Amino acid sequence: MERLRRTMMFVPASNAGMLRDAYIYGADSIMFDLEDSISLKEKDTSRFLVYQAVKTIDYGKTETVVRINGLDAGGRDDIEALVRAGIDVIRLPKTETAQDILDVESVIEAVEKKAGREIGSTKMMAAIESAEGVLNAVEIAKASERLIGIALGAEDYVTNMHTKRSPEGQELFFARSMILHAARNAGIAALDTVYSDVNNEEGLRHEVEVIKQLGFDGKSVINPRQIPIVNSVFAPNESEIENALNVIRAIEEAEEKGSGVIALNGKMIDKPIVERAERVLNLAEAAGLIKRGAQE
Amino acid sequence: MAENKIGRQIPESVVNKRYGTFSGASIKEDTYQRASAEVAPVSPGSNKLLSSVREAIEKTGLKDGMTISFHHHFREGDAVINLVMEEIAKMGIKNLSIAPSSIANVHEPLIDHIKNGVVTHITSSGLRDNLGAAISRGLMNEPVIIRSHGGRARAIEAGDIHIDVAFIGAPSSDDYGNVNGSHGKATCGSLGYAQVDAKYADKVVVITDNLVPYPNTPISIPQTQVDYVVEIDSIGNPDGIAKGATRVTKNPKDLLIAQNANKVITHSPYFKNGFSFQTGTGGAALAVARFLRQDMLKKNIKASFALGGITQQMVEMLNEGLVEKIIDVQSFDKGSARSIKENEQHYEISADFYASAGTKGPAVNKLDIVILSALEIDTNFNVNVLTGSDGVIRGASGGHCDTAAASKMSIIVTPLIRGRIPSVVDKVNTVVTPGESVDVVVTEVGICINPLRKDLMDIFKNIPVPQFTIEELKEKAYAVVGTPDPIEYEDKVVAVVEYRDGSIIDVVQKVKE
Repeated sequence: MERLRRTMMFVPASNAGMLRDAYIYGADSIMFDLEDSISLKEKDTSRFLVYQAVKTIDYGKTETVVRINGLDAGGRDDIEALVRAGIDVIRLPKTETAQDILDVESVIEAVEKKAGREIGSTKMMAAIESAEGVLNAVEIAKASERLIGIALGAEDYVTNMHTKRSPEGQELFFARSMILHAARNAGIAALDTVYSDVNNEEGLRHEVEVIKQLGFDGKSVINPRQIPIVNSVFAPNESEIENALNVIRAIEEAEEKGSGVIALNGKMIDKPIVERAERVLNLAEAAGLIKRGAQE
Repeated sequence: MAENKIGRQIPESVVNKRYGTFSGASIKEDTYQRASAEVAPVSPGSNKLLSSVREAIEKTGLKDGMTISFHHHFREGDAVINLVMEEIAKMGIKNLSIAPSSIANVHEPLIDHIKNGVVTHITSSGLRDNLGAAISRGLMNEPVIIRSHGGRARAIEAGDIHIDVAFIGAPSSDDYGNVNGSHGKATCGSLGYAQVDAKYADKVVVITDNLVPYPNTPISIPQTQVDYVVEIDSIGNPDGIAKGATRVTKNPKDLLIAQNANKVITHSPYFKNGFSFQTGTGGAALAVARFLRQDMLKKNIKASFALGGITQQMVEMLNEGLVEKIIDVQSFDKGSARSIKENEQHYEISADFYASAGTKGPAVNKLDIVILSALEIDTNFNVNVLTGSDGVIRGASGGHCDTAAASKMSIIVTPLIRGRIPSVVDKVNTVVTPGESVDVVVTEVGICINPLRKDLMDIFKNIPVPQFTIEELKEKAYAVVGTPDPIEYEDKVVAVVEYRDGSIIDVVQKVKE
């Protein structure tokens, strides 16, 4: 089953208590931040903390991601420590070109070799946070086999674009569309930026509805209280689930009969419909709405 | 040394001959003779209103070696204990036993009264802060006796605690001693703990900062039990009365624990029309009501009553019609203090009515579900709410063991780890509530059902919360923070923990310096 990435929770790497508890809130991915939320004097201790946390704490099925510093600002040490600790994904901030990805990849690969880890086992993600990055998104998304997704970092992006964020979000429309197309073109996940007003639950819900409709796989969150809201928007409704179950049943029946053409209620079921049904059921299961195997 | 039923070593010197050591949570149904108060009748024309606390102390005939009591309804806002004790110390009276229903941080001056020999014995629900630390370091010669709220009421009824003089801070009183807690400057709502003292003490002194014309109604403590009334400037700070305990949490971990606890409640067979519940203090325990409310609305279920220490949240559920009645021994905030005055469905009860195992049936016997916090819980489900991870007394017994034992389902809510300290451990420092009366443990990672409750294990098979054994929970905690070193104690016993029936369930020893 394809991994869901509805929610990626930011955790400042300097906060031991949050590192310890990050997995309990039901985020699909946890992103330990060594970059912007960590002051210069805390970079080394934070790197050490995340290293120990990833080695010590059982994060279960939750995907672990670390946002590293730029390669010229401690990123090499970050990669060295976290690849050795066994992090799932290295996230590169402020990605502008495909070369940025290749540079980081070569450092990762060197550490994997040194540490005796399987080459390619450490995945990568790229955050795109500038006009240049957005315009290069297509190449960035295809730069490495390790890439599992690209994400929009809106705060830096809007500054670069001489604007600011608004509730309607028109200023992000082009960037979101570019990133989505680049991700789909490369067959990887597209993740939306954070919603920083933690106490505005309605605003968050609205924004998640918008990006879900655009086609994003999920959203970065900065507080555990945002997780159930994002998940609830991504949870399919009853008729979507029912429809998806019917599609899967029709396929199973057709396979039993050895029939080549599959139809449901007089309509032909083709590959995109099956894919969409699978995705709906994955989301439904993650939301606790159904149990696979006992699909009733 | 005697070993009690849960394996705790109890020195012979502290074993209560009448009740022995803890032998099980079930109530021993031996009949007994209730204690009675000495009464000095007041004749027509006599005056109860005195000019000062000192005059009142003199009139009561308070002497060396006697027992005095106070209530803790003013919590951190209380001015009465310090004021009375200062006056007593000035008068040169020594060797007193004090029996407040509990002690707050604000009562730190007691340390000096102990050092100066004014106070030599204490019984209380708990000890806080510097006083708790000083006593854990061996400040007193005689151990403090820790009693639960129900246990204290029982001890008074049975004559184990005989109060010579009760000093009762009163938010409002008339000159003849009709008292209530719902009117005045420093309202505290229910006066449930003070009601027991007034009934059983030989002398009762009411201290008020709100003297009203006779007759003061409603009457929580009646004139027939009161000897003297004193008016002073201030009995306490109303802000301190509502301090701390009852803020609605935004902490995501507490909220997660509360959601898990709510799932336990709503999947239990007790969650049906007419059920009853109580929530203890602490972020997660209080937050349960918020989620429970939503499920009650969704499923159209109403509770017959909410019990215990009462907060604004309960009051809102009463006003919404989700809870039919509130039975209130202690009002935790201004909202609940106001409600007890305005809403006749919000009813004040005394501590013995609430939880005493020595009555003809306390309210806790009718309780379906209780949600309680814990400092530590061990793999035998024993709960500590008294001593910290350093072995120092910093908490209070409260109604913990009373409600856990008497309710149909007791739920302990606790984070798996606090800071770098595991909350689920091999062996708790101090047992306040025995494991046999604990039914479900709820943490942020999942829940654990006491295997003694086979019925609940069956019922909760499909509950949408991860389930673990208590050993698994402990292992999860230890895997992150490591195995804690045992605390080192000296032989000296600084506190004796009574179970609700008077038997000794544990002792607290002096922490090794």
